Amino acid sequence: MDISFDLLINAIAAGLLLGGFYAAVTAGVSISFGMLDIVNIAHPGFVILGSYLAYFININYGVDPILVSILMLPVFYALGALVYQVYYLSFEKRGQEALRGLAFFFGLLFVTEVSLILVFGVDYRYVEAVYIGPSIHIGLVDLPLRMLVPCVAALTLFGAIELFITRTFTGRAIMAVSQDQLALQLMAADPIRIKRIAFGLSIAIAAVAGALLIIIQPVEPSVGREYIGRIFAICVLGGLGSMPGTLIAAMLLGVVESLTATFYGPSWAPAVSFGFLLLTLAFRPAGLFGR
Amino acid sequence: MRVNTTKFAFITIAVGAAVMAFAHWFNVDYLYFASYTILQFIVLATAWNILGGYCGYVNFGSAAFFAMGAYSSVALHKFDTLIDHWFSGSFAAILHAVFPLPIPILILFGAIVSGIAGFGMGYLTLRLRGSFFAIATLALAVVLQTLVVNWEYVGGSRGAYIIRPESIEFAGITINYIEYLFGLMLLLAMISLVTARAIEHSQLGFGFATIRDDELAAEACGVPTLRVKLIATTISGAFMGMAGAPFPYYIGYLQPSSAFGLEYAVNSIAMPMIGGTTSWVGPLVGAILLGSAQQYATVTISSAVNLLIVGLMLVGFVIIAPNGLIGLVQGWRRAWRKP
Repeated sequence: MDISFDLLINAIAAGLLLGGFYAAVTAGVSISFGMLDIVNIAHPGFVILGSYLAYFININYGVDPILVSILMLPVFYALGALVYQVYYLSFEKRGQEALRGLAFFFGLLFVTEVSLILVFGVDYRYVEAVYIGPSIHIGLVDLPLRMLVPCVAALTLFGAIELFITRTFTGRAIMAVSQDQLALQLMAADPIRIKRIAFGLSIAIAAVAGALLIIIQPVEPSVGREYIGRIFAICVLGGLGSMPGTLIAAMLLGVVESLTATFYGPSWAPAVSFGFLLLTLAFRPAGLFGR
Repeated sequence: MRVNTTKFAFITIAVGAAVMAFAHWFNVDYLYFASYTILQFIVLATAWNILGGYCGYVNFGSAAFFAMGAYSSVALHKFDTLIDHWFSGSFAAILHAVFPLPIPILILFGAIVSGIAGFGMGYLTLRLRGSFFAIATLALAVVLQTLVVNWEYVGGSRGAYIIRPESIEFAGITINYIEYLFGLMLLLAMISLVTARAIEHSQLGFGFATIRDDELAAEACGVPTLRVKLIATTISGAFMGMAGAPFPYYIGYLQPSSAFGLEYAVNSIAMPMIGGTTSWVGPLVGAILLGSAQQYATVTISSAVNLLIVGLMLVGFVIIAPNGLIGLVQGWRRAWRKP
């Protein structure tokens, strides 16, 4: 196959931009699955919910989708806290998270998707904003603003989360909660409260990621399912709960997916993440940067 | 009263024969179509429960295993047209005599393909924490769909047509084809129920239960956990493949989005969860109740609303009635005995 140089460079650049966005989608799961050990497979459902909210407000009131998502942070935080409370009382407290907890999240994912289909239909929806359309050129490389803006927003969000987790008491408590609950209690922090905050945070991040998603590509309710494989592949590859690991794994997957789409056709791209996931689980289950 | 497996098999055969005779007496095509779907869900739910209910490992990829069975049938069905392209002479003549394969053979192939896939998935992920298996199965459906969409031979994204014969002849008796499919699925449902019940009362079943209750303790007591889990994933996958194999003949036109339909994944989890996961009765009750309710709702309301109802019921049941309908009934009986 004749691989032209500028096509390769552009594919890699697009992959890096995509990877930045993937990092934002995965950040929530890195907290809930990686740190809290809650297998929230409904995460993509909340991402798509965020997309549709951004779409709805953008189309009806002309508000910028990223602004909408920031305004909606408290709402999704509260939603996440509520979901965790139900999860804790029904499953975690009774020690039934393995089977019924998973079925619960699967049900949530399913209910979100079907509800969105009932309300909005299965048509692809998209938003309108000034940065959708133009692109900037640096040498050989085309950087569409449609990808660049979400990537920058995602990286900013990612940096903010990393700072919150490593620098504040609550953030450190979130990292500690899955390791030693008793020690956390001795530090006068209620583990359930910490977990509730962390889970609320992960859902709030999902909403922002959803708004970014609908800037990058048109969205329909079942798009979320494609992200399940991606999110968990990145999360596991990044070493479960390591934020820098998540970022690097996201970039890696973004580049490989972009290369696959460019040279083999976009219909193969969803298979890449699954291949990543299986290879990681088979050969390096602790992830690239796991201890 | 303790009924052993042989007796239970005879009871199942008697019930199955009664159902068949009843359906034949009615002889309405729509009834066959509707009850085929319910029987198919009995097989899927029972298969799911062998791994999920007995062993405690969640499989979200029922649709993938089901579709593997369906697409292996399509692949073998289409092979008929390729024979002259690849072979010639007497060998081609032999192949022409063998192909198209009868459905029972296709079911066997579906079972083998999906069983191997179940084994492979289990081997890669079951040595790790339990949730990895669930996540991997969830992603499996998406990837297999990608593969099938890109595989032109089985129709790609356009789908594949399979012309269903009007009728089939058996030892001089002509039967309606849909009745034949119905009979096959009834037989599969009976086999899966007898197998599930036999497993439940066997040493293997106790091995499953120990893994479900405490895997570490099971390991410490000398249960070969990985081997036992692999047996569970293989059996479970094989039954799902069997359920899928006759599907192209039933539906007539198979496209990736219908074979990988979300309703298979959600129903095969919801039915055992709503019925009760600890015994073979749960999936049966769940499949009959939810299956017939959905047949009714699809006709009267809409298929999207009925899926929403299934999803809400799943969430509601796992929160409120963790042991399903069977658990509720047992609870009431216990309360009744000691007032």
